[in-house]
Amino acid sequence: MTYQIDSDEQTGDDGEVSQASLYGPVTDWATDFDHADPEYNLHAHEIWADLRATCPVAHTDRYNGAWLPVTHADVTRVAYDTENFTSRSVVVNTGEIVAEAPIGGAPPITSDPPFHHHARRLLLPPFAPKKIDPWEDDVRSLCTELLDEMGDAELVDAAVDYAQSIPVNVIARMLGFPVEDADLFRGFVHDILEGVNRSQAARQQSFERLDAYLEAQIVDHEQNPRDDLTTFLMSSTIFDQPLSREHVRGSIVLLLLAGIDTTWSAIGSSIWHLASHPDDLARLVAEPDLWGTAIEELLRVYAPVTMARMVAKDHDFDGCAMKVDEWVLLPFPAANLDPAAFEKADQVILDREENRHAAFGLGIHRCLGSNLARLEVRIAVQEFVKRFPKFELADPGAVRWSVGQIRGPRELPIRILERA
Amino acid sequence: MRVSIDSEKCQGHNRCYALAPELFDVDDYGMAMVIGDGTVPGGVEDKARLAVANCPEFAIAMSDDDASAATAGFATGSGS
Repeated sequence: MTYQIDSDEQTGDDGEVSQASLYGPVTDWATDFDHADPEYNLHAHEIWADLRATCPVAHTDRYNGAWLPVTHADVTRVAYDTENFTSRSVVVNTGEIVAEAPIGGAPPITSDPPFHHHARRLLLPPFAPKKIDPWEDDVRSLCTELLDEMGDAELVDAAVDYAQSIPVNVIARMLGFPVEDADLFRGFVHDILEGVNRSQAARQQSFERLDAYLEAQIVDHEQNPRDDLTTFLMSSTIFDQPLSREHVRGSIVLLLLAGIDTTWSAIGSSIWHLASHPDDLARLVAEPDLWGTAIEELLRVYAPVTMARMVAKDHDFDGCAMKVDEWVLLPFPAANLDPAAFEKADQVILDREENRHAAFGLGIHRCLGSNLARLEVRIAVQEFVKRFPKFELADPGAVRWSVGQIRGPRELPIRILERA
Repeated sequence: MRVSIDSEKCQGHNRCYALAPELFDVDDYGMAMVIGDGTVPGGVEDKARLAVANCPEFAIAMSDDDASAATAGFATGSGS
């Protein structure tokens, strides 16, 4: 069944999400940083490099207080420390935290130990490599269909017309939701992840709209159970009890939110890199054996995800007095660019063989969907390059980057110079 | 030469399984395990080294058969 919604509702009542931070422009990245200032994602690599050299743990009074560690060691330390940091909210915002630890609103990403272990163990099997690998042919067909739809256009938007459609279609099929609702999911995700700068009331309305949509899907699955992730969750048990409706809905929210913008961003950033680095593009075309290391390297340098934690107890973190309920951003991409952890960290080296990058996080919250994300990124970028062995940015100034914790190009006009 | 996995550290990134399927398998939860006793057959030593060097959680160790000390040797960062 399809959930009806007016198209103008999809981006919330205030139309296009505001690009400016609620708090105004950043005055100093070490003492007043704001990840929702559009300048942040635009100049992220430079900002992290400056901070790493001068102030490896930045702070801001915005959002009721937030910290930003940028070294690999500090990001790792926070990721591994589930005593001093809680995951009960992982998207920095200005509102009240509705869901409490240890379950949180979207288990297991918002869950803390020991509950986390059980909620995660439930979801691991459907995302294990041997369950994900069989999706390869479907993902490849989806990519080639999208490329076919581009026809012989000289200009294409690789973010809008390609990257963004891939993860949303795959997760809709896995959940057993109507694939026609893809635009609707994108609206939900956009409102929640990129709408950091919208009012709390508008954000609340987005969540309610998403809840109503999911409730309709769950009811449909109750009436017509089938072989998909939604039925799987609804028939799963935890501590010998069926999952609560809130748990089922929360886990679906997680799968929708976590899998869409992130993978879209990784595909888009990879294509952006190849469009702006013709030598790397030519090398990949000439040496297809490099795909394995190349995708890992693009994931390292353009890791899309910055997670967040909240401080669980007052404590000292290398001289920083962290207070309960302050936020801590976990910029995995900044960790991946730390020269203390990677040789020539700021360079993309397509044949880098030793690459312990943290694009999918570290510790107990390692991205549950990493096997699926890797599959989608690899096939999407491969198929794009196979179809278009030569392309470039149509207008570097027209590339628009996302705002918020997920970093990637949202508009990416590409000029096709050669097609297969 | 032998490889071993610290299952307390493994979080299921599956890099080892992707790089050296001759040496590593994954269970139904996507967690890695060594095949057999972890002995590295001739010809796949390089793959074993790559698996060690690409584990984000530093969960894989490699040792000489007759030496107990793990020789990661590829540590590029401070990690944990």
